Amino acid sequence: MTPRQKYIAFKTILVREILRFTRIWIQTVLPPVITTALYFIIFGSLIGSQIGEMGGFRYMDYIVPGLIMMAVITNSYANVVSSFYGSKFQHNIEEMLVSPVPNYLIVSGFVAGGLARGITVGIAVTITSLFFSHLQIHNLWVAASVIMLTSVLFALAGLINGIYAKSFDDISIVPTFILTPLTYLGGIFYSIDMLPAVWQKVSLINPILYMVNAFRYGILGVSDISLWSSYAIILGFIAALFAFSLYLLNKGHGIRT
Amino acid sequence: MTTALTLRNLQKTYANGFTALKGIDLDVEEGDFFALLGPNGAGKSTAIGIIASLVNKSAGKVEVFGHDLDTELAAAKGCLGLVPQEFNFNVFEPVVEIVVNQAGFYGIPREEATQRAEYYLKQLGLWEKRREMARSLSGGMKRRLMIARALVHRPRLLILDEPTAGVDIEIRRSMWEFMRRINAEGTTIILTTHYLEEAESLCRNIAIIDAGRIVENTSMRQLLNTLHVETFVLDLKTPQPCCPSIPGYTLRFLDEFTLEADISKECSINQLFTALSAQGIEVLSMRNKTNRLEQLFMHLVDSNVAQQVQAG
Repeated sequence: MTPRQKYIAFKTILVREILRFTRIWIQTVLPPVITTALYFIIFGSLIGSQIGEMGGFRYMDYIVPGLIMMAVITNSYANVVSSFYGSKFQHNIEEMLVSPVPNYLIVSGFVAGGLARGITVGIAVTITSLFFSHLQIHNLWVAASVIMLTSVLFALAGLINGIYAKSFDDISIVPTFILTPLTYLGGIFYSIDMLPAVWQKVSLINPILYMVNAFRYGILGVSDISLWSSYAIILGFIAALFAFSLYLLNKGHGIRT
Repeated sequence: MTTALTLRNLQKTYANGFTALKGIDLDVEEGDFFALLGPNGAGKSTAIGIIASLVNKSAGKVEVFGHDLDTELAAAKGCLGLVPQEFNFNVFEPVVEIVVNQAGFYGIPREEATQRAEYYLKQLGLWEKRREMARSLSGGMKRRLMIARALVHRPRLLILDEPTAGVDIEIRRSMWEFMRRINAEGTTIILTTHYLEEAESLCRNIAIIDAGRIVENTSMRQLLNTLHVETFVLDLKTPQPCCPSIPGYTLRFLDEFTLEADISKECSINQLFTALSAQGIEVLSMRNKTNRLEQLFMHLVDSNVAQQVQAG
């Protein structure tokens, strides 16, 4: 395929993915907005007013970056895992497998679709947060790059889950038992400075902590973690997951017998 | 003449140890309308899956228009269109999007893809349904949608894996006409089907695969010439009390109005009619008991089973 043909193939996968989640926006875009609004009302207004300040900010303002990040992570992941597994389940993944589109473009197309949904939901949640907090962006480039890189990372993780999944149960196990706990323990609602020393060290194993804090730096200018270690961890994971997903597709794992 | 498809010693053993292909050699010439027949589980779909890159081969070589699947995969895929046995499109996508997207995977610009989709959907009688979700189509329409999708990048080799399964006779006939037309326009076609009259009517060359091996590979004409005896059913004008006896012919009495006659190639049907007339028996109509290819197919498959039993 020529570079132009590859670009057309990539765009085809991306547009198809965008149409897929926008066609069912009531299931894909609306729920995170409602959930986040509830978080703001319950944790921000009702409980947060009793907590006072955290990291020098109103509690409501402190949790905004984490809640945006949580919505982006779960939606980037969910988009790719459900779309890829759905393609396997209906066998329409074969449409791509019989065509000359290279595997790295299949990975990139699905990941770009996950990024599109992650960012769409992120923007919707950010707009929702404006009704509850005084959002000011400390460093737009850091905020934008961290949110996009994190979205790519979890889209890749969703793709790998989709490749391995053999049933609809398999696509909900990882989000329920791994992703959600790691996200909640990733410093969305608190600063790890509040934890005992041992748990602070344990928290550092959680990669989501680095992403939430880097994004919080971009929005509020405060972070529990060094910005550069966060970038290094995110980029390291992206490189590893991209290579692994490409390896799985090249081997035909879960898609070729 | 260019060879559209070459298979050499193609083997496939699945992870559970089942060997579906035991070393297949096959050549299909450009422009051919080729039948690949075999009973269920013979290995046809495995072979097609390997050619279409949906199944990993265990050993052997596949070339599509000279492009080796191991070294020139993209070029080989570009020459190939596949209509699989099972429906394999997203039923929640509109019909036209399924076809246009498929063109996109081959790098065809959207404007051109839309024009081609319109052409093939019109040709296959689906244009009126273009905006409907694929799940709302009937079984026959879904099969035609897969044909339109497989043709949108204008492949030189089209593989049709039971394209008319579950399709009513009227639509099947129109699909035959369509297939004949695209073959006449230069597309090489490989057809698998369980409707043997379909293969006999459409195909010029044939391979029969059974238990992972090719048991016959020849022209349709040559194969049909090997049929020594044909069985006909004769409908009689007046009731007969018993089976008439005519030297040189094997007749069976089905009921008082129906006879079955085995006629070898050396005998003529005229002689049989003359002998029956001499006995005062008038024949109203006559038909083949089974399709000729079906008789040969059953004979070849049964022989292969017998050989395997002897060998095993």
